[in-house]
Amino acid sequence: MSLPPFTYEEIEERLDDMFVEAEASLIQHLTQFDIQTQDSLLEIISKANRTNNGLAYQLCLRMQRAVALMEMDTIELWLDQAIDAFDSNGIYGAVAKLDELEAVADHAKQKLTGIAFEEVGDLLEHFVTGLNGRRLKIETDRHAYTDSETIYLPSMINHYAEREDNFQLYKCMVVQLWAQNWYGSWRINISEILSGYDDSAHAERWFHVLESFRLDAKIKQELPGIHRQMERLCQLNQQATTARVAQQTLADQLKSLHSLQDSLQLLQQLYPQPTPELHSYTARTKAEQVALVREARLIKEKDLFRNALAHAVKEKKGKDTSESADEAEHKLTAEKFPDPNMPEGFTYKLELDGEPIEPPEGVESLISSIIQDLGEIPDDYLVAAGDGNYKIFQDENKTDGSNVWAGTYHEEGAYLHKEWDYRRRRYKKNWCALREVEINPGSTAFVSDTLEKYSGLIKNLRKTFEVLRGEDKILKKQPYGDDIDIDALVEAWADTHSGMEMSNNIFTKMHKEERNIAVIFMVDMSGSTKGWINDAERESLVLLCEALETLGDRYAIYGFTGNTRKRCEIYPIKTFDNDYDDKTRGRIANITPQDYTRLGVFIRHFNQMFNDVEAKTKLLITLSDGKPEDYDGYRGEYGIEDTRMALLESRQQGIHPFCITIDKEGRDYLKTMYGTASYVVIDNVAQLPLKVADIYRNITS
Amino acid sequence: MNIQARVLKPEEHFIQNEPYYEAIGSEIDIFLAAYKQQIPVLLKGPTGCGKTRFMEHMAWRLKKPLITVSCHDDLTASDLVGRFLVSGGETVWVDGPLARAVRHGAICYLDEIVEARKDTTVVIHPLADDRRVLPMEKVGELLEATEDFCLAISYNPGYQSVLKDLKQSTRQRFVALEFDYPAADLESRIIQNEAGIEAPLAEKLVKFAHMTRNLKGSGLEEGASTRLLVHAGKLISTGISPVDACHSSIAQALTDDADMLAAINELSSSLF
Repeated sequence: MSLPPFTYEEIEERLDDMFVEAEASLIQHLTQFDIQTQDSLLEIISKANRTNNGLAYQLCLRMQRAVALMEMDTIELWLDQAIDAFDSNGIYGAVAKLDELEAVADHAKQKLTGIAFEEVGDLLEHFVTGLNGRRLKIETDRHAYTDSETIYLPSMINHYAEREDNFQLYKCMVVQLWAQNWYGSWRINISEILSGYDDSAHAERWFHVLESFRLDAKIKQELPGIHRQMERLCQLNQQATTARVAQQTLADQLKSLHSLQDSLQLLQQLYPQPTPELHSYTARTKAEQVALVREARLIKEKDLFRNALAHAVKEKKGKDTSESADEAEHKLTAEKFPDPNMPEGFTYKLELDGEPIEPPEGVESLISSIIQDLGEIPDDYLVAAGDGNYKIFQDENKTDGSNVWAGTYHEEGAYLHKEWDYRRRRYKKNWCALREVEINPGSTAFVSDTLEKYSGLIKNLRKTFEVLRGEDKILKKQPYGDDIDIDALVEAWADTHSGMEMSNNIFTKMHKEERNIAVIFMVDMSGSTKGWINDAERESLVLLCEALETLGDRYAIYGFTGNTRKRCEIYPIKTFDNDYDDKTRGRIANITPQDYTRLGVFIRHFNQMFNDVEAKTKLLITLSDGKPEDYDGYRGEYGIEDTRMALLESRQQGIHPFCITIDKEGRDYLKTMYGTASYVVIDNVAQLPLKVADIYRNITS
Repeated sequence: MNIQARVLKPEEHFIQNEPYYEAIGSEIDIFLAAYKQQIPVLLKGPTGCGKTRFMEHMAWRLKKPLITVSCHDDLTASDLVGRFLVSGGETVWVDGPLARAVRHGAICYLDEIVEARKDTTVVIHPLADDRRVLPMEKVGELLEATEDFCLAISYNPGYQSVLKDLKQSTRQRFVALEFDYPAADLESRIIQNEAGIEAPLAEKLVKFAHMTRNLKGSGLEEGASTRLLVHAGKLISTGISPVDACHSSIAQALTDDADMLAAINELSSSLF
């Protein structure tokens, strides 16, 4: 038997408990639902309230309309979007999102037959990469268009009754926009030409029509499968294809379109006439956007190209002449040679003084991109950049983490990571900004002192770790192998003679035990480690490195510290590629306590880093002194839950996380975060250096 | 009807009919020169670009038996040199493929040499420099190669694994020939020849291959090799539709990732 619904007073009381003010009409409205619905709706309000009280209030204002328009799932989705907006733009952003409730409701209805961009975005991105040419990103916007580096598509297509057809429409749009880039609709600054007309918007529409005709013809020739789809979609729409829509007089003119120049010429003629209707798969043309992006790219790629040339010339010179010849004496040329994979049917080979030079890495795609933009490599590109230019350029390319805080804050060059909010039971997207900050090597005196202090122990460590090293073992009495096991054979022979069955395990086999372990140590550099904890940490690292060098496991060491979500920093002390040399030793010596411990973001960052590491066993070991904690509310359950989630992600990726801590209270929360067998609490800080290597040995053998 | 497969000793494996091979550059001349000068040869290149076919072609040209060993990570030196086996109550020495090749003056081709165990390089080294001897430690003999013998190894530099790299001491003993996928028109000619399909179809297959090669590094480990194109061509020539043929012989061979598979299939259906 189901319970009776909440009364007006009961609902009011629950809202009061949350300190949410709601209008009487809403409460009245809520009384008419059954108790489950009431409960779910109150839970949704409470969820909003956990993020922000104002948000909950705004939600209540719109609740009545929302209930009328949407199912419960959609209401939740609507709120989630508002919460995301709140995270990035505050309450104003959230309210704006809440106001889109009609659109959300609409979207949800469309989703039944339509196809959403999220479902096919990855696929389309692979698809367009396969097609050829400059790498195009795919993103969503209200209309379909391209700015020559990104293809924008609507976030949902619900044009046809069948999902498959809607997908094909997406695909046709992508091909059309790709064709604009590939077949040179943007070879020249179109925006400038269009602005020469009185009504530039009308001229742009005409340009779009003409180019669509030209590109359709190209697509028909090169990608007949797509063209068939386009025609089919038109028929479904009971619309004529582009080729048939135009009046007979136009049709002949349109057939003669072969190049961009043809289109522009015809544009002049046809400009006074009204534009014909085009089919829905034809995306839009946004010449202005293209002009902006293209301009920036032209400058960037010219620089890149000339610098690459300078590099190539330098190398060539270094190889074959001892005297430093003057740059001007070298003549760079670009020779055309046929390449059917290019839109114009040719590409360029670089020659220096008539001799072909090996294009530096990445230059081939650069050449292809330049040809896509200009149709050729102009002569002024073929001048190698001078030394000065080269340096400036390199500096520009490097995003320096240390000066982020000097001027206006920016997130360029930072890695953005999500964070788990247990109260909302969902991630906050791109919540934390993480940067790598260089740590300067200090004096290695600290390391030699440590080595001296623990000289006895180090000898011992080396010995115990040597035993662990993977070595070849000969297995005896094997059914197959590299050689005959004489002992086993004699035994078997004797067996046969005494009338028993002869064993066939008479071979020896070499068994190779390989340790294929990669490990990242993350070292807590939070302010609380100041003093002897920091010393103990550094000493442990020295001993650990000594031991690991004996063992031959691949390892990396990073320090981490944070001060709010916008400023999470990791300090590479030893990357996988670094050797354990004086620089590394100096960096260990220079580890200094900084700010706070926002663990989750760092774990996620190292999870990502592990993606590029090939190893059978991947270990992520944290050296820490306390709970995850940061300035902006990252403490208590929130911090623990986020860390736990990040560690779960690690495990899903096959990484084994482990924590070594000196926090005596660690047992309480580490069990929740790492699980029972994946942490060690060291009661006495002085023991840390002695124990760390030992613990490592235990967990890897 | 002959239902029994032909049984051959490795050293009797002469290639009778000319294997179809289109030269990309001067690799045939270089190989012949190296053979004459008794320098071993290293073939580099991605999978399915014609390295093995090239070896067959050279064996046919030189009229020497071809002994191919496909190396795997359990292949040891004794697998190559030979071992004692128990036969009728006695131990008998049996030559491994490398020893056979040296003994009979054949061409020994070690395919994907980096896959083999490290100890194999120990036996290759003395064979690959001017000593040209194969030490057979277990029988206490040295096998001296005749001038007919030729050693060739191959490896794929595309597998960028630290563990699977050829050591300098090994690679510097060889003359290296670099192989890559042939240029578009040549590749199309190869497919026409091998699969027996018309030029327009072969050109489209090549175009499709280029599309998949564009995806290398952004989701695909390798693009479609010439071998895969030939497979697709053969399926098409027996009446399978081009889209289906590309799906089963190329897309499925390249990846298991669902999104990527779908993208590749869309690419092929755009072309045909």
